[in-house]
Amino acid sequence: MDYLDYMQMTRSQQIGYKIKTFFLGIPNAIKTIFLYIGYFFKSVFLFIGNGFKRYGLRFVQGDMATKLSYVIMGAGNIAHKQIMKGLIFLAAEVAYFIFMINFGMTYVSKIYSFGVQVDPDDPSLLVDGVVGNVPIQYEVDPIFGLKKIANADTADDSNKILLFFTLTLMISIAFFVIYIVNTKSAFATQEIIQEGRKPMSFVEEMKMFLDERYHITLLTLPIVLLMIFNILPIVFTIFMAFTNYDKTHNAFNRLYWWVGFQNFADVFYKSSEKSYTFGKVLLWTLVWAVFATFSNYILGIVLALLINKKDIKYKGFWRTMFVITSAVPQFVTLLVMRLLLDNQGIINAMMGTSIRFLSDTGWARVSVIVVNMWIGIPYTMLSVSGILMNIPEDLYESARIDGANAVQQFTKITLPYISFVMTPYLISTFVGNINNFNVIYFLTGGAPVPVDYSAGAGSTDLLVTWLYKLTVSEQDYKLAAVIGIIVFVLCATGSLITFNMSKATKNEEEFS
Amino acid sequence: MTTKQPNIGNMQAGYAKKRKIANIVVYIILAVMVVVWIFPILWLVLQSFNGEKGVSLATMFPKTWTFDNYIKLFRQEGLSDPMDPNSPMVVLDIDRMPFPYGRWITNTFIVAVFSCLISTLIILMVSYALSRLRFKSRRTLMNFGLILGMFPGFMSMAAIYNIMEIIGLGKQLFSLVIVYSSGAGLGYQIAKGFFDTIPRSLDEAAKIDGATRNQIFWIIILPLSKPIIVYTALTTFLGPWADYVFVSYFMKGDDQKYTVAMGLYEMLKPETMHEWFTVFCAGAVLIAVPITILFTIMQRFYVAGVTGGAVKG
Repeated sequence: MDYLDYMQMTRSQQIGYKIKTFFLGIPNAIKTIFLYIGYFFKSVFLFIGNGFKRYGLRFVQGDMATKLSYVIMGAGNIAHKQIMKGLIFLAAEVAYFIFMINFGMTYVSKIYSFGVQVDPDDPSLLVDGVVGNVPIQYEVDPIFGLKKIANADTADDSNKILLFFTLTLMISIAFFVIYIVNTKSAFATQEIIQEGRKPMSFVEEMKMFLDERYHITLLTLPIVLLMIFNILPIVFTIFMAFTNYDKTHNAFNRLYWWVGFQNFADVFYKSSEKSYTFGKVLLWTLVWAVFATFSNYILGIVLALLINKKDIKYKGFWRTMFVITSAVPQFVTLLVMRLLLDNQGIINAMMGTSIRFLSDTGWARVSVIVVNMWIGIPYTMLSVSGILMNIPEDLYESARIDGANAVQQFTKITLPYISFVMTPYLISTFVGNINNFNVIYFLTGGAPVPVDYSAGAGSTDLLVTWLYKLTVSEQDYKLAAVIGIIVFVLCATGSLITFNMSKATKNEEEFS
Repeated sequence: MTTKQPNIGNMQAGYAKKRKIANIVVYIILAVMVVVWIFPILWLVLQSFNGEKGVSLATMFPKTWTFDNYIKLFRQEGLSDPMDPNSPMVVLDIDRMPFPYGRWITNTFIVAVFSCLISTLIILMVSYALSRLRFKSRRTLMNFGLILGMFPGFMSMAAIYNIMEIIGLGKQLFSLVIVYSSGAGLGYQIAKGFFDTIPRSLDEAAKIDGATRNQIFWIIILPLSKPIIVYTALTTFLGPWADYVFVSYFMKGDDQKYTVAMGLYEMLKPETMHEWFTVFCAGAVLIAVPITILFTIMQRFYVAGVTGGAVKG
């Protein structure tokens, strides 16, 4: 099937063909993703392997000073007259070891057990096999088989142990990078001296940070901030998904400990309550994302077309009226909507009905989608208006000369043009809607809550609003972490698949 | 018998008439839609002037008009001795108000200004580096950023709060500044798209004249980037005004540390809703007006920034 065949089909056949290729393309896209993942691991292993090879080669070819800098950092630089640089490396090494001995090792050594509890054998605490006044209950850590007392005060704070362990891990990785840079630098200066050139002075090297190495200067602060306040918490949360950190196992009363994949198993099949709720919430999240995305997309385009229709006057006025509504902060408009749609709200009062817009499962689901249209259509309208103005006028000109009527011009030029330009927008809105916290939380707060749902979820809850509830009110941190990871996987695969497919179909639809 | 000639004049008239009807239909649809869209906002504005307490159901327009709701935002009365119900009513100082709106505005403003300054700087630095400089790990960093951005924003909220408590920033406004601006490095795409459109020949020429990359950034590129700087500054400034999630978790229970979004949400709790609903409307209108103005300004620069990005194709 080539381009000519495709153009000879009628519009409906073309649409059918596109739908067919879309679904036939899914296996291929999934295959490509696995290829990507394979490629990713291959390149990571190659990177590590080559790194070690070069690391070894540098050691073999290095002189005494370079070899020494494999143990005492900066030795090579100091011996090769880059004293300041060498001292900095040395200082980094000393600082790292002081950090590890005084701080890091404590937490690394405790990470498998997550700390100790008050010893029940301590006679001062134990009265007739009872801690305080409560009989001892034991729980057994499923991974290391450690006996945990379920009802005694703790001497350690599991949360601190996990957090500082993660911090130590990241500092160690950073130190490892500095260490490798040190061996490279030692070998490079050695080569420069062997070639009879003069190694760069410290001031010269510092000046490079304003020119050849300017990217390091610019990116260091942002990356350090990301490391501490984004990556560290994310890694911490991922670890959390493999523990039993929740209301009854937390810093204030008891330790928590490793449980392996148990939380994931619970969510997917093991615990019938949790997996049922998860399945329902996941399904609704997907249904919501599809409806919310496409309703906004289609009606936004329609609105933009209406406003931009040739004979319509006061285009600026119409546009402004809609833009104003999207400028008002979302929590304000959404809270207003919640009041309007209340059982005794003004909409029911005006219509003389008593529809439970936000407290009946079916109605609530329709309401959030409709209100989301109210929120989202102006945005789509704005972007589409911009695109409509950018369609080259000569396309229409030549179509008219060829005798195309208004309908033909619309279906053959306007619509394909919009859908081509808007595809990336559609993808990002879809992912955005999976993560759409505001609309759900401010309108219904996830309510109504059916009796057969567990862990605080309601029938309009999305995975993200459920995640928020799990963190804030349910304090089921382990489950929240699992849901967070699932949302990530969902968004990542979704965008990868669509990215792949839009790349595959691009050639056919190219406008130029 | 003469063959019937199609009456061209008639046909044109018919066509014009059809078009006119079509236009009228479009006008009607647009008018109805505008009413639907403006209605909630109009209702909010009208209720902020309502002299009667509670959520009004029957009528759109208030029966008695008043300005008191706006005054009540800043001037709240209460018992001089909260323990003694017979004590006289006094004007409360801001630390004892049930809903210290003035303090929320100040809080939000402080957080917004600082996170705007830090985020704008970070975004410009990152997008310049990724757009104009070429270095080995550039692609890797961008892919990594893309993956990092796919984690739900508040998934690690509990962990961030733990970190803040440990470094002594628990329940401090500065912790919000850090949260809003530390992730700024991931939001470089639009600014990068803008930098990509500035001709590279400018850099080349400056380099021949002996300028370092540092000088090129500050002296040549930044002065050319006014639209994107304004756009970035406005978006980062507006962010804290609308965020509810982090404030609600970080500042839980400490109403002197709330930002506007959190405070207004609290006003509509079931137990205070009847008494404070019209005041909520006033508070919402008061912040919505400046935000709407800033948003409209930003919109203009957004179009400039994005169409700038589209030119290169």
